[in-house]
Amino acid sequence: MKPLNRFQIAWRAAQDIQDGMLVNLGMGIPVLAADYVPDGRDVFVQAENGIIGCGPVAAANQADPDLVDASSRRVTLRQGGSIVDSANSFAMIRGGHIDITLLGCFEVAQNGDMANWDSRVPDKGPLVGGAMDLAACAKQVWVLMEHNTRSGGPRLLEKCTLPLTAVNCVTRIFTDVAVVDVAPQGFMVREILDGMSRDELQARTGATLHFAPDCGVLRAPALEG
Amino acid sequence: MAIDKRVASAMEAMDGVKDGATVFVSGFGGAGFPNVLLRALLQKNLKNLTLVANSATHRYSITHELIAAGQVSHVICSAARGHDKADLSAFEKLYKEGKIGLTLLPQGTFAEAIRAGGAGIGAFYTPVGYGTDLAKGKETKVIKGRNHVLEEAITGDLALVRADISDRYGNLRFRHAQANFGPAMATAARLTIAEVRAVVEDPIPQPDIMLPGVYVDRIVPVGS
Repeated sequence: MKPLNRFQIAWRAAQDIQDGMLVNLGMGIPVLAADYVPDGRDVFVQAENGIIGCGPVAAANQADPDLVDASSRRVTLRQGGSIVDSANSFAMIRGGHIDITLLGCFEVAQNGDMANWDSRVPDKGPLVGGAMDLAACAKQVWVLMEHNTRSGGPRLLEKCTLPLTAVNCVTRIFTDVAVVDVAPQGFMVREILDGMSRDELQARTGATLHFAPDCGVLRAPALEG
Repeated sequence: MAIDKRVASAMEAMDGVKDGATVFVSGFGGAGFPNVLLRALLQKNLKNLTLVANSATHRYSITHELIAAGQVSHVICSAARGHDKADLSAFEKLYKEGKIGLTLLPQGTFAEAIRAGGAGIGAFYTPVGYGTDLAKGKETKVIKGRNHVLEEAITGDLALVRADISDRYGNLRFRHAQANFGPAMATAARLTIAEVRAVVEDPIPQPDIMLPGVYVDRIVPVGS
């Protein structure tokens, strides 16, 4: 099977979101996951600007500039949704009330350190936003990203090379070729792309991989944007 | 005399704002930017302002005009990146030349520092940022087994916020995600000015008030 595309990575992560959870979806691949939560699971999506219960993106004729999510998309409010101000929203985040934060990322270290905010783009000003708050304080931190950089380098590493977002925080990683947990002994592969060998996955990874006894096959339905 | 916080114009509302002021500006993602008030502040042509805004510049805000005009010497924010990937923002140009200062905070720390400032707290410990570049030089402490970073509260001279409606007492009601940093900023500034879509004649009913008017000094109705 071909490596998963962005939508398939989001789909795979969404399958692990449980009924009744409160989740926060970061920019990029994570925000796509909202569309793929399995039917029958009632999930609330929190946005750090204070929306608790983001619904789908609004139709063009119903878009309201005052109803935006943290990616500045004009969204809707779901049934039972509410809105608080930013100080309260981050009290909710820091207070550990978010079950899972799904974040895009540049690098994850085998101890769960993550780097997702500063890619050292020359001259561009730094942007941290709410990433540090979410990564440090959500009950679970899931990373959704390509397994390798555009030039083929590893993103799963013994130690991050880019500035950290938070230490010891990542619990699970969904990439285009694997699902990997951060376990006490390091990276623990839970699923590997259909047809990819363990050696091949290891060769594309910058730290030692451990394989779960019940390591399964990573598959996703055909999906496009 | 009966309280009435309405003023005739945004320019009049800026009366008494001086060089060197620390200015809070609300807004996030297109909601809650007080652009009419910012335009008036720009026209005062002040110097050496400290801008406290979640984004140094934003495509729906006009803080870039204040910055480009050389009126801002320091920015406290969580996002200092311009939205244009090809070109540098007004902030980025000056920052690259070392002509403007920056304090970058995690967004929740930014919000809580302002909230704390308005609530009389001098500083607070947060687990956010521990072990990162943004905690460099800051005190740390282990509390209940967890590493925390000491962050100082932020207070200021002026808060510019945008709300939906107000009454003569300055009570505010926000629409949807328009509130964002506005309520906290209103509590942390010595002078708070709100621009609102409309001022209602009758007092806003108590359950509909989202920010008590005690935190709001001047009201400018600006339409939608």
